[in-house]
Amino acid sequence: MRNVFSFRNLALTLLGGWLALFALLPNALVLLTSFLRRDERDFVAFEWTLESYRLLIDPVYVQVFVHSTLLAVAATVGCLLIGYPFAFILARQTPSRRRMLLLLIMVPFWTNSLVRSYAMRTLLAAKGVINEVLLWLGLIDKPLRMLYNDGAVVVGLVYVLLPFMVLPLYAVMEKLDGRLLEAAVDLGASRLQTFRRVVLPLTLPGMVAGALLVFLPGLSMFYVADLLGGAKSMLVGNFIKNQFLSARNWPFGSAASAVFMGLMGLLLVAQWSSRRWLGQESNEL
Amino acid sequence: MSLLKSTYVLLVYCFLYLPIAVVVAQSFNAAKYGTRWQGFTLAWYEKALASPILVEAALNSLWVAMLAATLATGLGTLGAICLFRYRFRGREIMRGLLLALMMIPDIVMGIALLVLFVALGWALGFWTLLIAHITFCLPFVVVTVYARLRDLNPHLVEAAMDLGASEWRALRAVVIPLMAPAIAAGWLLSFTLSIDDVIVSFFSTGPTFEILPLRIYSMVRVGVKPEVNALATLLFIIPFVFITLSQFFSKEEERT
Repeated sequence: MRNVFSFRNLALTLLGGWLALFALLPNALVLLTSFLRRDERDFVAFEWTLESYRLLIDPVYVQVFVHSTLLAVAATVGCLLIGYPFAFILARQTPSRRRMLLLLIMVPFWTNSLVRSYAMRTLLAAKGVINEVLLWLGLIDKPLRMLYNDGAVVVGLVYVLLPFMVLPLYAVMEKLDGRLLEAAVDLGASRLQTFRRVVLPLTLPGMVAGALLVFLPGLSMFYVADLLGGAKSMLVGNFIKNQFLSARNWPFGSAASAVFMGLMGLLLVAQWSSRRWLGQESNEL
Repeated sequence: MSLLKSTYVLLVYCFLYLPIAVVVAQSFNAAKYGTRWQGFTLAWYEKALASPILVEAALNSLWVAMLAATLATGLGTLGAICLFRYRFRGREIMRGLLLALMMIPDIVMGIALLVLFVALGWALGFWTLLIAHITFCLPFVVVTVYARLRDLNPHLVEAAMDLGASEWRALRAVVIPLMAPAIAAGWLLSFTLSIDDVIVSFFSTGPTFEILPLRIYSMVRVGVKPEVNALATLLFIIPFVFITLSQFFSKEEERT
């Protein structure tokens, strides 16, 4: 029964091998590269150095990272502000209507986000739809400059990532027991108190999950900044891409990537401990 | 729903759909520059379909998405069954890796695979792209199938094995048919993830094998070409079709 070629061994070797080779090893190599010296010809020279990390704390680059983080935070807050009431209203509908409305959220969620960023550009462009409509209505005499600035990048990120905020929020709000809200009201809580003391803590895991799903891609999606942003609206994603493709400084790009990965790890640990703190078990895997 | 709430919901849907609607309308607009309406045309579709580069890129995309979805679904289903049924050393590490793989920002994954392929001396192209796509689809299949396995009656497998079925046989005759809706959902999800991806693909394919999203990316970066609107419209249609399909699958599930 327990021979070497059993189903168990075969399947585990396949999956384990795949994960080791294409998930663990590449990231280990990035970490390794970040400690090597840059080389014009072979990308890297095998010489240990902390040069790349020293370069990361150079004020010029720190400013780029802070700026990118602010853009991603703005997008996360934007998604939360739009998505929270939206998900709440959605979760309070009749099942058939809920299904329909949810389907309408799923379509953009599944649609190519590059194409959606491009669509946003068509809307905001100087000769785009909004400007044409405003000109036609006579509200403006010359086109507004809505594109190629930080605001456009944040709008683009909110547009592309909103479904990623709505879906986890909806998942917690659907499970929210209506009786708890009634109980709070019966016990004399005002609407604000009910929200702050009952709804908010119970939906916090959804907010955290949604924020992670918006914030991390918000740092990473370089094409949104390429299509909608100006010269200065750079995301961490653009920065890493440039280091690998134009500047050809692989160790520096790897160091930035390693820090990004560390940040992700920290956020995931924070999410995990907040769940434990709230006494909720993760049930994903 | 009160008036205020309906207005709010409507506004959010407008925000989500207005840009898409504009691109779809533009794809039929005869105007070459700007967005002012100058009559209906199918010229941009004809132009896109007449371009061998675009058609090849589109077919490449479909081919990779189909292969990656199929292989990721196969591997992911086996993985989910193992994680569910067996307790083995390294199980926690495997779970952790899969969860990390799901959350890892695309840019980090893209450059990590690029570094790996360069270190191994593999030329960037079809194979590297396929590997990359299987890798990022894998955790989503595992999660989807695992969730369904938890709802499976464990006695069914025991009964099959009591009746003399081998592990493979029990899997093939009992587990896989019961898992079919989740496996189909995992496949559809993988297919869409693969078709949608820009960032990981950007780093894991080379000039020998171009796919549609990358082609569109290089087209829209240099300026607006009207045939992009036609291509974008075609890419909008895919999720519509797929969501309808997955609705069909979940309805089937309810009936049985």
